[in-house]
Amino acid sequence: MNYNSMDEANRAVLDKIVGSAPFLVDVVPAKEKIKELNEGKVILHAGPPVAWENMTGPMQGSCIGAALFEGWAETGEEAERMLANGEVKFIPCHHVNTVGPMGGITSANFPVLVVENRSDGNEAYCIMNEGIGKVLRFGAYSDEVINRLNWMRDILGPTLSKAIKLTEDGLNINVMMAKAITMGDEFHQRNIASSLIFLKEISPFVVQVDMDDNDRKDVIQFLADTDQFFLNIAMAAGKSVMDGARMIEAGTVVTAMCRNGYEFGIRISGMGDQWFTAPVNTPQGLFFTGYDQDMASPDMGDSAITETLGVGGFAMIAAPGVTRFVGAGGFDDALKTSNEMTEICIDHNPNFSIPTWDFQGACLGIDARKVVETGIEPVINTGIAHKDAGVGQIGAGTVRAPKACFEKALEAYAEKLGLI
Amino acid sequence: MIHTIIKKNSYQDSINLMLLTNAVSATEGINKVQVMMGTPANKDIFKSAGLYTEELEKAESNDMAIVVDTDDESKVAEILAKADEYLENQAISGDSETFETVRTWDRATKAQPNANLALISVPGQYAAEEADKALDLGLHAFMFSDNVSLEDEVKLKKKAHEKGLMVMGPDSGTGILDGVPIAFANVVNKGKIGVVGASGTGIQEVTTIIDRLGEGVSHAIGTGGRDLNEAIGAITMMDAIKALEAHQQTDIIAVISKPPAKEVRDEVVELLHNVSKPVVAIFLGEKPTQYEGNVYQAYTLEETARIAVDLARGNEIKPDYNDGDHEAKTINLKPEQTAIKGLYSGGTLASEAAVLISDAMGLGSGIKNEEGFVLKHEGHEVADLGDDMYTQGKPHPMIDPETRASFIEKAAEDEKTAVILLDFVIGYGSHADMPSALIPSINKAVAAAKEKGREIAVIASVCGTNNDPQNYQDQKKQLTEAGIIVKDNNNQAVRTALSVIGLQVEDAQKAHVDAPESTRTFDLTVSEAVQTLLNNKPTVINVGVKSFTDAIIGHGGRVVQYDWRPIAGGNERMRKILNLLK
Repeated sequence: MNYNSMDEANRAVLDKIVGSAPFLVDVVPAKEKIKELNEGKVILHAGPPVAWENMTGPMQGSCIGAALFEGWAETGEEAERMLANGEVKFIPCHHVNTVGPMGGITSANFPVLVVENRSDGNEAYCIMNEGIGKVLRFGAYSDEVINRLNWMRDILGPTLSKAIKLTEDGLNINVMMAKAITMGDEFHQRNIASSLIFLKEISPFVVQVDMDDNDRKDVIQFLADTDQFFLNIAMAAGKSVMDGARMIEAGTVVTAMCRNGYEFGIRISGMGDQWFTAPVNTPQGLFFTGYDQDMASPDMGDSAITETLGVGGFAMIAAPGVTRFVGAGGFDDALKTSNEMTEICIDHNPNFSIPTWDFQGACLGIDARKVVETGIEPVINTGIAHKDAGVGQIGAGTVRAPKACFEKALEAYAEKLGLI
Repeated sequence: MIHTIIKKNSYQDSINLMLLTNAVSATEGINKVQVMMGTPANKDIFKSAGLYTEELEKAESNDMAIVVDTDDESKVAEILAKADEYLENQAISGDSETFETVRTWDRATKAQPNANLALISVPGQYAAEEADKALDLGLHAFMFSDNVSLEDEVKLKKKAHEKGLMVMGPDSGTGILDGVPIAFANVVNKGKIGVVGASGTGIQEVTTIIDRLGEGVSHAIGTGGRDLNEAIGAITMMDAIKALEAHQQTDIIAVISKPPAKEVRDEVVELLHNVSKPVVAIFLGEKPTQYEGNVYQAYTLEETARIAVDLARGNEIKPDYNDGDHEAKTINLKPEQTAIKGLYSGGTLASEAAVLISDAMGLGSGIKNEEGFVLKHEGHEVADLGDDMYTQGKPHPMIDPETRASFIEKAAEDEKTAVILLDFVIGYGSHADMPSALIPSINKAVAAAKEKGREIAVIASVCGTNNDPQNYQDQKKQLTEAGIIVKDNNNQAVRTALSVIGLQVEDAQKAHVDAPESTRTFDLTVSEAVQTLLNNKPTVINVGVKSFTDAIIGHGGRVVQYDWRPIAGGNERMRKILNLLK
């Protein structure tokens, strides 16, 4: 399809985003959907491609955890040797219709959320949220972590799969998000309202699943305790929507932003699968006691797909409760942050109307041109991992996407179009 | 020793508690402190921080747990008090501004969809491009920026004219649109005199004198100093004259310009003869000998203002208005003290001084420019210290006293100097209190000369109104109290300086004759956009200098601040690529 102008091409991408229809349709072992995971020892990771030696401590820790979980190794040391020897193949989540939070580490037997974008017929996958504290995505791999993963594989995943199948049509994610954004969620740092809505939607069906009552109680308890459960649903939804939108294959709309702790990578609609990378920044924020900025791991995770969709840090104004991560300010700072992000976006998304923003829709379509023109780098809300493996989350804050990625993308696109 | 305080059923969200932890961590005499809700996951965090206690085990998810590691037990109560205080005072006082600040044209036009004027004060090399974007958006452009090429100015003005828009500037320092001061401007009463000027301080001098005489100004439109250049052909001035002709609340039109190109001048004057309203015009440096038809040509800025006032009041126009008070106290001059040093911050005011001194010396009234002086003859020197030549890397003398102070010192050292002639241009944008800033240097210079047996007269005028932030009367009073001879306006100050050295200007007594026959008819239609600009207070996108917003908001205009930065941070290659990816 040819477009008369860049604006017209971008508009076509935006139309896809606005017209998207992501539904949560199943939870299955990753290997059922991602065929690459059946081809030997394979681990998916967040961000653009990265080699083992360039992975951060927490990402390496997650890989060790995955090796233990998959039973490839008995001990951490053994797993580490195996990983360092190149016995395990690494693939970015994004290359196989998947996104992963923080380390993004996903292997064959992780249960993944299956989101179907019915407007374009594509699917996207994401592992389920493990809660907070000692968790694999921040690099922890103790017995506690592995045991939880086993439970998620054996109980939580299958239960949710059965429950979702009992719904007539799957769960409409845009609807849940539209409700939750009016309840103070921005879908990256804060998902408490959407997690509740999810629990409200799914409970009547969990109740109907034929299963052990103690297990059922554990499932409900886990969902009730896990404030960020919806984050991973929002991520899979974001991935399915942006993958649908980039079928347009023209324009300068950012279709993915992700980080692997080493490099930040973006894609733009006109350049298909190609990554444009620059060294990642380290998030700034608030830290738990005993931890400080010096211990922070560089930026990680595919969760910036939420910002790509126009929520997360871009929708800070919807979630005044988390604004204090961006500094000492309050509501005015949240407003400033979202207003600043509108400078680099093309429009507002009518699907996600924000009451605290005079009912303007969330940001829609980051234009790489505007990022380069203004020098305003996209803001990302994020958890902060300890730079050493196994310690886990030590704080939360914000980080910016480096401008150089956007410059490289535009340069490549101008070249592809034969303009330079 | 680790102490635990559990506040039952006291829920706070985790961010608040992290901030609280930070706030109480600074307390002296404690080793560590952590405040969290007592959830199982948080208890693990307490464990890894080495702050786990048995009491903590009893805490539930809705209990707040404060764990303090301190050797001084009394600190525990202090921490608790601080925590309570913090939780009670969580409101954040924001500093809210009355206008929105944006970073792109896109957002600027969304923030003020009715914007009709872009006030552009970005560095000269970028100004033309931004003005061009403003025109594309259907906005009039007021270009405060200087260093725009003549070629760009021609292009912009032609484009604007075709679109029914106006480009005021470049290098337009001042303007008043429906009572709203734009850029460096004075707070002038509203009235029925419409001003168009190709010179900044010329407009300021004329409008402030009108104000002080009790009349007012409907609009003062700056065209930029080169508008009457041959290449440009007075595009903006002609459009502005037509606009004021069509503007109902304007009864009198005043036109101010430095000497224009002959052909352009003739065309402008012919247009003036074709409008229905009375016109007063000054082409600084021309010494008119008669009034022709509806066009009353003046010799000085004061005369321009006074004719405009008389026209507005329906009074008979006098043959000459340069009959003011030119007296000075007696100064004991040494025989070699024959020269006037005019040290100006306002360019047109300097030119006016040069014209009058030159005229009094019998050199004619034309302005010559040499070596940074608008006049340099037999020890007389008149300098526009706001000229690029003097402002390289330094603030403008209307803002900063330093350049002028050093020139005053030098002038006082010169044995030939009899008079130091100064201007004080006040209003928005200018120094908050220039007399206070400059008087010490003046006193010092005059005292130094006195020690060498030379008395020097310091003569000044203030360009401003009583409603200006600095207040005309206050400034005048300060100068008078410092022993400076203060005259009502620049014309009178210059003539007083001349009288001190025994010179005077012979003024022409102008007779009123009929207008010359005009064969041309002008299309006097005015575009809708120009009519809208003149019939309402402007809604402004302020591109650049933020302080310009004060005057606009203070006088009922609406504004959005565009915090302008060079495209792609000044990266030329990216800028080029951005232009290609349209």
